[in-house]
Amino acid sequence: MKLDAKIPEGPLAEKWSKHKFNLKLVNPANKRKYTVLVVGTGLAGASAAASLAELGYNVKTFCFQDSPRRAHSIAAQGGINAAKNYRNDGDSVYRLFYDTIKGGDYRSREGNVYRLAEVSVNIIDQCVAQGVPFAREYGGLLDNRSFGGAQVSRTFYARGQTGQQLLLGAYSALNRQIHEGKVKSYNRHEMLDVVVVDGKAQGIVTRDLITGEIETHAGHAVLLCTGGYGNVFYLSTNAMGCNVTAAWKAHKRGAYFANPCFTQIHPTCIPVTGDHQSKLTLMSESLRNDGRVWAPKTQEIAEKLRRGEIKSSEIKEEDRDYFLERKYPAFGNLVPRDVASRNAKEAVDNGLGVGSSGKAVFLDFADAIARLGEDTVRAKYGNLFDMYYQITDENPYKQPMRIYPAVHYTMGGLWVDYNLQTTVSGLYCLGEANFSDHGANRLGASALMQGLADGYFVIPYTVGDYLATIGPKAIDESHPAFAETKQAVIGRINKLLSLKGTRTVDDYHRELGHIMWEYCGMARTEEGLTKAKGLIRELREDFWKNAIVPGTNNEFNQSLEKAGRVADFLELGELMVDDALQRKESCGGHFRLESQTEEGEALRDDENFAYVAAWEYKADGAPEELHKEELVYENVKLTQRSYK
Amino acid sequence: MSGHMNLTLKVWRQKSPQDKGGFVTYKADGISEDMSFLEMLDVVNEGLIKKGDDPIHFDHDCREGICGMCSLYINGRPHGPKRAVTTCQLHMRSFKDGETITIEPWRAAAFPVIKDLSTNRAAFERIQQAGGYVSVNTGGVPDANEIPIPKVIADEAFNSATCIQCGACVAACKNSSAMLFVSAKVSQLALLPQGQQERYRRVQAMVAQMDAEGFGNCTNTGACEAECPKEISLTNIARMNREYFTAKFFKEEEIH
Repeated sequence: MKLDAKIPEGPLAEKWSKHKFNLKLVNPANKRKYTVLVVGTGLAGASAAASLAELGYNVKTFCFQDSPRRAHSIAAQGGINAAKNYRNDGDSVYRLFYDTIKGGDYRSREGNVYRLAEVSVNIIDQCVAQGVPFAREYGGLLDNRSFGGAQVSRTFYARGQTGQQLLLGAYSALNRQIHEGKVKSYNRHEMLDVVVVDGKAQGIVTRDLITGEIETHAGHAVLLCTGGYGNVFYLSTNAMGCNVTAAWKAHKRGAYFANPCFTQIHPTCIPVTGDHQSKLTLMSESLRNDGRVWAPKTQEIAEKLRRGEIKSSEIKEEDRDYFLERKYPAFGNLVPRDVASRNAKEAVDNGLGVGSSGKAVFLDFADAIARLGEDTVRAKYGNLFDMYYQITDENPYKQPMRIYPAVHYTMGGLWVDYNLQTTVSGLYCLGEANFSDHGANRLGASALMQGLADGYFVIPYTVGDYLATIGPKAIDESHPAFAETKQAVIGRINKLLSLKGTRTVDDYHRELGHIMWEYCGMARTEEGLTKAKGLIRELREDFWKNAIVPGTNNEFNQSLEKAGRVADFLELGELMVDDALQRKESCGGHFRLESQTEEGEALRDDENFAYVAAWEYKADGAPEELHKEELVYENVKLTQRSYK
Repeated sequence: MSGHMNLTLKVWRQKSPQDKGGFVTYKADGISEDMSFLEMLDVVNEGLIKKGDDPIHFDHDCREGICGMCSLYINGRPHGPKRAVTTCQLHMRSFKDGETITIEPWRAAAFPVIKDLSTNRAAFERIQQAGGYVSVNTGGVPDANEIPIPKVIADEAFNSATCIQCGACVAACKNSSAMLFVSAKVSQLALLPQGQQERYRRVQAMVAQMDAEGFGNCTNTGACEAECPKEISLTNIARMNREYFTAKFFKEEEIH
């Protein structure tokens, strides 16, 4: 199958307007004859479900949590970008577009990213109208800040919990539609397969997590808004329940998986303390606006520090290496996430790490406190400092924070065209679950923007075109594909429940995470990746022989839920490694050691790798087929990123 | 490096909503002070699974104190002994070596136990659905800066909006009242200009649903505020009462 991204012709700034005009509309009286299934209720899912219901479609939503408001969008801290130019500091739709393309290291589509920047301004209007309490200035207008290396102040925020406030806005819109009877919500339900009839997605199979009942739901279109797959690394900043299962099942039913190896490692996370650790906690990178990143200059000092023989405050100024300021004088501590993360790892790999594990560098606020006073620092970052204190029992007002990078976001995901449709007709993918807008590296405050752009302002138009094309005829749930897909799900559950070995599912997950982090994390080599592929295969085989999955299907069984998700991660992990192997260039969030400049910076290879890698599933155990979507740049000139 | 401790856990086990349930005692040995409370339970569960037993079921997700999924009544207090933290942000250094820790689910008629420590909080969903929103559709809204809001009002609305819907207020209350939760949403939208059009309809609809779900009344004990992990203030309840009385006396509207 040839990949057609369906980017509209014409000048960049007119593509979306023209396309909207060309899309078919559904007659208002016919909308109520359609049902749309929305899986996942984070920013993308909740906003899509509410918007579609407002238009008159019948919507069913599904989430594995006990409330749509608990989806992991809730945890985003920093903010949301929008090209409002309220600050008169030179921002524009084109500049946001340009920054996003460049930040993504030229591995995303011009058309998609321009549209994202274009609708960003509508998102802020929408959220404010819902009552989202953004930060304001004394004059009563909205406040903005600069974020994640941007040269303009375009980030809107709600203290340190922008994600929660935006999600509560979308959740409230969703609740209104539930009240109106246009949305039926299925909480504590997990999607376990897609029903495909004659090449079209027409339903899903779900498990009621409380009763274990396996249900089928029919719909004219299916929207997957199921988030990212960062938990393949076991330790990540994702919630414990975040998983790839819905996207992976769709992949096995024909949806291509794009750029799976593009994962983002966030630089300012609280370091690991021991093997018991279940997740990592991120602190907003706004901290880098005032914190200075450093490590000891010599291994000898670092060792003394790790053994607790000296304190950080006893290290003289000349024995400290503020490595980001030294290497990137123009951007200093505000370099993009990938650069900050890679440099922290490099310091640790060179034996300069701090903390008892040695896997951390310092983020120091002493200068900021001296310059601004403790009260000002508290007003800006108080909640983050409290969180750090709570977790580490160390007071960041008195001693520098210890930070280390952690997996945070996945740019890869299901391949979608400009309409957000996957390679399966009627199957759409929104938000972090798709691959489309962030290329090889996502800029700060762009994830919330993309989730809401997809849900509020893109899908209501594009799905309508598809629905108008297929017509409002009721979906025939007696088609054998429904019963067959349900039977396949039951078979898989029974297979999982038959595992009565000796090793826990968490233990497999932990080992998979180690393999992924070690060989498919920030720095990768052909040799390491090849080794990882073998290790993952062995681990997967062992899982299906020796794992323990207690309990039965007909009950609330958290072990069974976890086992299904880890089994899918064990398959995804290998595809990520395959993808990383074929991409023999360094770009964005990942660094191929074989591809670097003389100064040791990431070296992109536009001649050979300016494409989207979209993988087609063939059969269990068989290699997937790689399809390439060439990326065409008509407006932006590809340059090597430099933050010097 | 931090120390390790040995603990005794008395955990509420209940197979299903119908099951009577009861306490079961477990040993948790070699627990690091750096572990979170839920990581300590993970360790206990790993041991149970290896023995072929059913692990202790509890709700949790983000483990960074914001999703509101985690609960647990620990030594008689929702979210444990520390102020202003959720259970997932509670660390074992808050406990002593050799201590016995009692762990129960939220106790409230409106939050029936699903299994072990996990409860059904769907009643909160229905209250939100009754009126916790501003009725605007996607698109067609004014420019964001056309709705100026004084900073003090915006900040106060924000404080109310930080509720994570965990249910600790209900669990803490001797009457199982949901007033703190409901009033936080009512306050947020009553304070903001965007919420004015439906101000009185909203408070009546949400209170009516709250009563229908079987939550108790407020007798101003203040346990909810003391135990709220997000420090939602009792002032919200006072504001909701004012809103409600004004609505009932002067602005009664038919609610649907």
